[in-house]
Amino acid sequence: MTVTTAATAPPGRDAASAPPPHESRGPSRQWRIQERWGWLFVALPIALFAVFVVIPAGMALVMSLTSYSVIGDSQWVGLDNYRRLFLDPYFFIALRNTAYYTLLFVPLGIVVALATALLLHRNVRVSTLFRTFFYVPVVSSTVATATIWYWLLNPQFGMFNVALGWFGIDGPAWLYDSSWAMPAIVIMSVWAGFGTNMMIYLGGLQGIPPQLYEAARIDGAGWWNQLRYVVLPSLSRTTFLVSTLLVIGAFQVFDQAYVLTKGGPGNSTITLVYYIYTQGFGNLEMGYASAISFVLFAIIAVFAVINARITGKDNT
Amino acid sequence: MSAQTAPGLHLAAPAGTAVRTRTLHTTHKTPAQRVGAAAWWVAVVIVAILTVFPLFWTLVTSLKPAGDILSGALELVPRTVTLENYERVLTEVPFGRYFLNSMLLAVAGVVLNLFFGSLAGYAFAKLKFRGKRALFVTLLGSLMVPGIVTMVPSFLVLRAIPFAGGNNLVGQGGVGLLNTWWAIILPGAAGAFAVFFMRQFFSSIPDELGEAARIDGASEFRIFAQVYLPLAKAGAAVLAILTFQAGWNSFMWPLIVLNVQEMWTVQVGLASFVTDYATDYGPLMAGTVITSLPVLLLFVFAQRYIIEGVSHVNSR
Repeated sequence: MTVTTAATAPPGRDAASAPPPHESRGPSRQWRIQERWGWLFVALPIALFAVFVVIPAGMALVMSLTSYSVIGDSQWVGLDNYRRLFLDPYFFIALRNTAYYTLLFVPLGIVVALATALLLHRNVRVSTLFRTFFYVPVVSSTVATATIWYWLLNPQFGMFNVALGWFGIDGPAWLYDSSWAMPAIVIMSVWAGFGTNMMIYLGGLQGIPPQLYEAARIDGAGWWNQLRYVVLPSLSRTTFLVSTLLVIGAFQVFDQAYVLTKGGPGNSTITLVYYIYTQGFGNLEMGYASAISFVLFAIIAVFAVINARITGKDNT
Repeated sequence: MSAQTAPGLHLAAPAGTAVRTRTLHTTHKTPAQRVGAAAWWVAVVIVAILTVFPLFWTLVTSLKPAGDILSGALELVPRTVTLENYERVLTEVPFGRYFLNSMLLAVAGVVLNLFFGSLAGYAFAKLKFRGKRALFVTLLGSLMVPGIVTMVPSFLVLRAIPFAGGNNLVGQGGVGLLNTWWAIILPGAAGAFAVFFMRQFFSSIPDELGEAARIDGASEFRIFAQVYLPLAKAGAAVLAILTFQAGWNSFMWPLIVLNVQEMWTVQVGLASFVTDYATDYGPLMAGTVITSLPVLLLFVFAQRYIIEGVSHVNSR
């Protein structure tokens, strides 16, 4: 109902008749003016938001219960799409691949981000320069990063296997090997993304009061014990933030798999989002694709809630 | 870290070192500190090489003639420098066109996000109106919904826009806004992130400024445009940079809604390159360089803002 108030009120008027401030009437009148302007300011952004986020989110749920496929009729099929999902071997392949990716990517992402943040957390001028260097991969797009790694991971001439060769290791065929393609994508993704989380950890490290280190030092704690008993516990909130972001991102991995391997070799890099993409926009099975995306949403939500619970407990 | 533990060792440092430190004056370092510092340098340089070298190698590869790329893969300075790969990229595929398309879409995204983001962000931070809290919570909540859930329905919403692309009143019969720039611009015009980001900035500016202007009889729009907006310039700059990066690097959505090759963005064009030029690393790397250049340059010139922005957003 507030919308109608805002819509019927001529927006130009109050600008012209901006009242001289009467002590008695001022506040309530001002509130009404603010009410109008407030709605005017948010009207267009909220309309766009409604059309492209809220309505689609509702539609997704409805569509997942239909057999909508762009061409042909859409029929109400109830939970059939969800039932079908449980009998679809490709869904489980995609789920397993995504879980595998997440399981490798999240811990590795945390360790690399934390380690680099610890390295840079120093009162040296030059660490700002290195911070820039470390952050550079984040700037490039996943597609550009993927093409770079496509070349780095070339089995014969790529830097990766050449460097491994220096140590006498015969590197695998990476993207052409079904057991190495996913780890390769994980390594690439960690390289591409750790900079952001490193920045978050640097922020967290700056928040640790120096007295804590001093106290630990007086107690005779060395580098390792300070890390274990001072730094890591103080960073637990940051770690949960980082891990939540990583899990949410990991479950939605798509670009890398699309550009580098197209789901291959041997279906080893079909991820959930990749499968939704091929079902929805390749096979035009949009109803089914919506059902899969809802399952993915549910998985992400469960992880987010678990994370929030742990973080929440930590705060109190 | 090692630097922080080391001062504790001062007390235990052998007498000889103490004398030497006194004579040197400028470098008060114990042996343990020196080893720590050396190890630090080695570590940061290795990480910096790992992050920067792939980009450098990409550039070098893109400048090599076709014959040298595989045979001289390890040469860090090309035997002959050539621009033939860039020539091929720009003539065999309309990469220049892709570049302009991406630029148009990224700039449009920046302008609209700045406009809508500051309007709505200001309203949420400084104006009082009914429904504000509920709206803002919805907006924030939408940041948690994975993009993939709304992807299929958003596609259908764009396809069903009335009177667009041969559609009738109820949005049937044509392709709607698919294959138009609007398909990218509209859904991205008022990002929840932009609104949230600007709200944080406006919230940090004291309310008294607006109250004073209000008593002077300024209209609400003038208070926004002339009092608050100039003070939020720094925030707007950071948002502009982050939005440009995100728009330039976005891949999946343009891949889905643009099917005409002349309308492709650099990311989509580069991705199709990997399929079409699978072993032609020269043009592939040249395309990668062109794709990464705008965001890398932006990063070089505005890195302070970007890094501060990232820390600001994540510290909340």
